[in-house]
This record gives sequence, C-alpha cells and structure tokens, in this order.
Amino acid sequence: MSEQKKDIKTKEEKKKEEMIFFLSKSEEKEAFLSKANRKLLTDPLDDNNPITVQVLGICSALAITVQLKPAIVMTVAVIFVMAMGNVVISLLRNLIPNRIRIIVQLVVVASLVIVVDQVLKAFLYDVSKQLSIFIGLIITNCIIMGRLEAFALGNKPWKSFLDGVGNAAGYGVILIIVAFFRELLGSGKLLGFEVLGHKGLTLADSTGLYALGYENNGFFLLSPMALIVVGLVIWYQRSRNRKLIEEN
Amino acid sequence: MDLVNLFVKSIFIENMIFAYFLGMCSYLAVSKTVKTAVGLGAAVIFVLVITVPINYLIDNYLLQEGALSWLGAEYASIDLSFLSYIMFIAVIASMVQLVEMVVEKFSPALYGSLGIFLPLIAVNCSILGGSLFMQQKDFSGITEAGVYGLGSGVGWFLAILAIAAIREKIAYSNVPAPLKGLGITFIITGLMAIGFMSFMGIKLGGDEQKEENTTALNIQTEDAENDEKTAQISSIKN
Repeated sequence: MSEQKKDIKTKEEKKKEEMIFFLSKSEEKEAFLSKANRKLLTDPLDDNNPITVQVLGICSALAITVQLKPAIVMTVAVIFVMAMGNVVISLLRNLIPNRIRIIVQLVVVASLVIVVDQVLKAFLYDVSKQLSIFIGLIITNCIIMGRLEAFALGNKPWKSFLDGVGNAAGYGVILIIVAFFRELLGSGKLLGFEVLGHKGLTLADSTGLYALGYENNGFFLLSPMALIVVGLVIWYQRSRNRKLIEEN
Repeated sequence: MDLVNLFVKSIFIENMIFAYFLGMCSYLAVSKTVKTAVGLGAAVIFVLVITVPINYLIDNYLLQEGALSWLGAEYASIDLSFLSYIMFIAVIASMVQLVEMVVEKFSPALYGSLGIFLPLIAVNCSILGGSLFMQQKDFSGITEAGVYGLGSGVGWFLAILAIAAIREKIAYSNVPAPLKGLGITFIITGLMAIGFMSFMGIKLGGDEQKEENTTALNIQTEDAENDEKTAQISSIKN
C-alpha cells in the first residue's frame, strides 16, 4: 500500500516537474534546498539514472572502467563539465536562437572540456594518457547534451546546477560500481592496492587468496565484460525497483 | 592494398561499437526495429565519410604543430592542437546541418527516411570518435582518412543492424522481467563483442608499421598486465 502511495506521489511530482519545465517563467521563489530541489539531486541516482534508465552517456562509461582511478577522475570531470555547462546554458537560455542551439551547446561544452583536458594533462598526466580520447568524448556525451536540452534550456541557473550535479553523480555511481568489479575481479586490485593478497610466481610466494590457488579473471579486463557488468547492474536495480521494468 | 587493410581493420577489428563502445547511446536507443536502424546506420556512414577527411585537412593544415607553415616561416612554431576538440565538433555540427539542408532540398525521399536521425548524429560519439582516432593515427593522406571514415561507418552500420534484428526476435522470447529491454540488450551486445574479439587475431599487412598506434583499450589492458609483471619481478627480487 505504502509503495503504491509512493508511486502516485512520484508521478505527481513528475507532473509538477513537467509543469515547472513548461512554465519556467512563472516559477515561484523557493528555498535553496527545497524538496523539489533535493529531488533534482537524488532522483538521477536511482529512479532516473542517466545510464541505466535514461540510456545516456554509455559510450564513455564502458570504455574507461578497467580500473577504478580513471573512472573516478572521469566522474569528477563529468560533474564539473555538466554543472558548469548547465549553469552557462541556463544563463543564456533566453538569448540562444532556437535553430542554432545545438551548436551553441556544443561550443559551451567543448570549451569546458578543453579546460578539463588541459588541467588533467598538467596535473594527472598518466591518467590523462589512459583516458586518451574519452576526455574529448565528454563533448558528445549524451547525458550532457540531453540535460542541456531537456533541463537547462528551461530552468533557472541554481536548479540547473543541481540537476547537472545530480545527473553527473548518477553517471559516476554506475561508472564506479562497474570499475570496482572489473578491477577487483580482473586484476585483484582496488585503486592499485592489492586487496586480495599478493600474487607471486609460485603458490609459495603468494599471499592472501592467491595462496589458496585463486586466479585473476583476465576476461574482466576486456571490453565485452563492461557491457555484461552493466547489464547485471541493470538487472539488480530493476529487480529491486520494479517500477523501472520495461514492457518489452 | 594498404587501403583495403585499413578498411577491413576499421570495420571488424576496430569496430566502433564492439571494440570502443562509441555511439552506444543511439545504438541502444534506435535499435528497436531494423528499419530505423538502417536509416540511422546509413546516416552515420554518410556523415563519417564527410567529416573525417575534412577534419584531417583541418588537423594537418591548421592545428598541428608546424601545420601553419604554409602561411610563412614565422608561423611554423605555432601549435593549436588544444583547439582540436572545438574545431572538430564545430565542423561536425555544421556539416550535419549542411547535409540536412542539402538532403532536404535535393532528395526529399531520403530526407524522409534519414530526416529525424541527422540532428541526432551531431552528438553521436562515433562521429567525434572517428575524428579523434584519425588524429591519433597520423594518416599519411586524405584518402586514408576517407577510407577510415567509411570503414568505421560501415562497422557501426553492421553492428546496429545486427542488434536491431536480434531485438526484433527477442521480443517473442521469455526474458526475466527486470532484464527486459535495456538489460538483455547490454548482455547480448557483450556477447556479440566477445564474438568480434576473435577478429583481433587476424594479422593484416599494415600492422607492423602501425604497432605504435596502440589505442586506449590496448594501453589500459597492457598497463594492467605490466603492473602485474612488475609486481612479479619485484616479488622475485624480494
């Protein structure tokens, strides 16, 4: 019963959000972290996750999850680009002509990505080498474009900022979960530390699990496993949160 | 012969979807029926073939270090490569707009079938990815860049065609409810990617020279392997 109520409630809230979206100009003043605003932050983490529900931003999510460290760096980069991009577009929303809005959005995002790329090259060179073209591909990350298009163009800067942070964090959560399992099972490490013990050349040299004859599953380092791990994450999430199940 | 190698390699071995996951968003979103998948695939081929050579010219005559030397000796030391993202994406976005206008004017039938997909393509990662890989690979001429664009486009087309056909069939099978739709598509794509990995063993003629062009994924897996090796070596020393 309570779940049903919740369901109805979220539907109402969604309607409200849509209303706000269409009537952005007649928006009333709200507290900085009012309920609706908090929802903007938390909704993308589960119910409206960019990767597992909205199917956005998957390209980069899969390719950089071999190890935990690049995944975390990527998350931070995306949070930065997305929050700033949302704010900028939201500030410009009444000035951008409708026909060329995609180019304007791309230029804003591309300039932010250049900043991120240069910062990474300066301070985290090895990670930036590992991420190679995927930092550049933040520009075409569909979550960013999607949120700019669907949210920032119709909402005020503070709300857009929260929406950007929330969605980027929802993206990052999946990224970090996938990277966690891939690094743990693939190379037996987390962030480069050997959490499962040390693997020597022979059994006698090894410690921890390896001393019992455990082997790393090298398959997890290869790209197809990223897809399968995301598939399993989706499976888990939807069996827990059944209103996300698709018809077909 | 080299061009044929490059073509085959970019379709199968370095498949945009199965090896690099580029363009996954539209791949998952538009693969519910074969018909729309073919439309989007054709549009991707079209735009890749146009934008990769153009970006090749921009990269080689405007952006790279020393690329501006055709203006005069004093420009030879300028390195504008940090601008490449913004230049590439501007070219892609404007080319997509241009292509859309041209197709609308001269071939309304094609526009009818491609129309809605063209704007989507501006944000398809495989298009920008094609240009960025082109920049990494240091092609020796515009023909190579064009062939690479064509090959990656065809590879993407084949991938989306295959998954759309599978999804049409899988609608009739009894998939566990939480896996329906997105979940099972991910897992099938993973299995298909495992299949495509078997192409990695094929040795093609041009491989020896291009060995240093190892790509993102290879570097990552190698790094992990190297880490293991160094760990082993250090353990021996101890």
